[in-house]
Amino acid sequence: MGFRNYILVCGGTGCESSRSDQIYHALIDEAEAQGVADQVQVIKTGCFGFCEQGPIVKILPEDSFYVQVKPEDAKELIAEHVIKGREVTRLLYNKAPRKAYEEVEDIGFYKKQQRIVLRNCGSIDPENIDEYIAAVGYKALEKVLFEMTPDDVIAELKTAGLRGRGGAGFPTWMKWNFTKQENNPVKYVVCNADEGDPGAYMDRSTLEGDPHSVLEAMTICGKTVGAHQGFIYIRAEYPLAIHRLEVAMKQAREYGLLGKDILGSGFDYDIEIRLGAGAFVCGEETALLQSIEGHRGMPKPRPPFPASKGLWGKPTVINNVETWANVAQIINNGGEWFASIGTPDSHGTKVFALTGKICNSGLVEVPMGTTLREIVYDIGGGIAHGKKFKAVQTGGPSGGVITEENLDTPIDFGGLQKIGSMMGSGGMIVMDEDDCIVDVAKFYLNFTVDESCGKCAPCRIGGKSLCNILEKITQGKGEEKDIEQIQQIAHAMRIGSLCALGQTAPNPVLSSLRYFPEEYEAHIVDKKCPSGKCKKLISYEINPSKCIGCTACARKCPVGAISGEVKHPHKINGNVCIKCGVCKETCKFSAIEIH
Amino acid sequence: MAKLSLSELHEIRSREERNLKKRDIHGRSVHVVVAMGTSGIDAGAKLTLNTIADDVEKLGLENVIITQTGSAAPNPEPVVEVYSPQSGLVVYGSVDKEAAHRIVSEHLRDGRIVDDLRIEIKTKEQ
Repeated sequence: MGFRNYILVCGGTGCESSRSDQIYHALIDEAEAQGVADQVQVIKTGCFGFCEQGPIVKILPEDSFYVQVKPEDAKELIAEHVIKGREVTRLLYNKAPRKAYEEVEDIGFYKKQQRIVLRNCGSIDPENIDEYIAAVGYKALEKVLFEMTPDDVIAELKTAGLRGRGGAGFPTWMKWNFTKQENNPVKYVVCNADEGDPGAYMDRSTLEGDPHSVLEAMTICGKTVGAHQGFIYIRAEYPLAIHRLEVAMKQAREYGLLGKDILGSGFDYDIEIRLGAGAFVCGEETALLQSIEGHRGMPKPRPPFPASKGLWGKPTVINNVETWANVAQIINNGGEWFASIGTPDSHGTKVFALTGKICNSGLVEVPMGTTLREIVYDIGGGIAHGKKFKAVQTGGPSGGVITEENLDTPIDFGGLQKIGSMMGSGGMIVMDEDDCIVDVAKFYLNFTVDESCGKCAPCRIGGKSLCNILEKITQGKGEEKDIEQIQQIAHAMRIGSLCALGQTAPNPVLSSLRYFPEEYEAHIVDKKCPSGKCKKLISYEINPSKCIGCTACARKCPVGAISGEVKHPHKINGNVCIKCGVCKETCKFSAIEIH
Repeated sequence: MAKLSLSELHEIRSREERNLKKRDIHGRSVHVVVAMGTSGIDAGAKLTLNTIADDVEKLGLENVIITQTGSAAPNPEPVVEVYSPQSGLVVYGSVDKEAAHRIVSEHLRDGRIVDDLRIEIKTKEQ
């Protein structure tokens, strides 16, 4: 007898931190207790992407999309949905049961998405190699081992036009071809899983939800370029992704899909994991290779490029997780298929981690050429709490802001560069009217200053100097000449820094200066912070016409800065006030204003 | 020596593919709904559901989706509704094991409505 219902429970890091693991076990226990264990299969999958609403549980064949589920709900889900066939409406995303006989339709969050990289995330069990094999897994490897020549593989990638998803967008086929052409018996393949942009988690979710797709692609590359050893460099703070990779590698070895004489082809290949300690600079390829070798993670000048002299001086192909996750699909479906998706400049899809002041934060995969407006409003559901959209930061600490006027720019590598930002690895942080643009730029600069390895002076000294200037501006001590100085330092960092970390570190400042010059001016000239974020530039005041003298704020104020008699308007003593904002939160009459 | 030969990999794939396909519910046009309220279960709807599900699997009918619903009283239970783009909505009553076999082979597989099992739907107001 087959299963009647399939229950898919999200096993991504986000949902697991909200107890999805307990939900998984509770569902299995309840199915057992209520005597339907033989009728339902409970499967722990990778990330569904709709993290805002997690933990997510999906029940098939009804396609019921349950959100914010708790372990305590397991009993009801089994008793009502599985046994009686009644959807548990209160847990459904749209709170209304599906109409019978209707074609299954995706909810709004998924409608404009196209999943290539995340194709298996949320649908298969990442810890079961059989499910990956069923989902056309290892078929591309078969093709490469038995039907295609290395030149065929490279030609297919060239037709596909796949560009590196780590941020720079270098054509993948060229990297592979350089390494392939090197005449050296020892070559290496490396997967860069050192994802470090604030707010970005595309690579983590891909590895957690579909680890075999990366293993398969790395093996394909090994065969193509003539390497027999691969390394996955992943940060130690991704324990779940590491666990899933280890399970996947063990299962692949048991099947002989890694190891000696793979599938009887005579080709030997294996992969090892190397853990990083979380230094941002180790996402830079030359620093990453240093770290694998056991040295301190510091970049080296290029050339020579890793493709000719990489790991231990041997020719090395190094690609990002998302790039790898595209490879098997391209081999299976053909380069032309891939090239038909996206824009002439950038083919295929891109995964973004949509976070910040947005209604539906989560992981989205869209065809290249989708506009930012579609991502923010159609998929992301717009700005949270009815606030006004201000900007989106793409490309993390190396990127820049995109404003309202550019929301309709189709997103691809070239398009983003033209408007002063960059693709980066795919972090997308949405800001609303309450965010101060100078403060945001300062945040990113502080991040890169912290993460700078200190090897070259432009990055080490330039970054710190920029930081000091921004600090000065947010303190209300800015001078008009500061803007010019920012431009000069930024220019020096761009041309003088050794690696991309330093070269791109000024980007957040430059792009915010370009799009929000009036906000810098307000800070420097008027000594005001328009969004009320910079504490030194604001003061809390009580509007006497609104204050009824209820004393609520005075009782809450931690420093006793508020005085006044009952039923008479109160006053804030600006010399004592620490601008914590508690009074504003407490006041029921909106009498407290920021000036 | 390779651990897994190419043909063994193909075997795993075709076996597992069938299982995975059952979870793919997009593009299935034929819906079967079994009324599984208390009265339905009392009348044997559980056996009806299992029979239909097993037969559908045995015959490999991939475009059929089987779901459950609440009570269909006051109709002669077990009640089974079949909806397909060709035949529209057809309701069957008193579907025992034998009837369930016929519905699957005649209606779901061959596309012929099983006229003698068909009933008119009565709503509670009537």
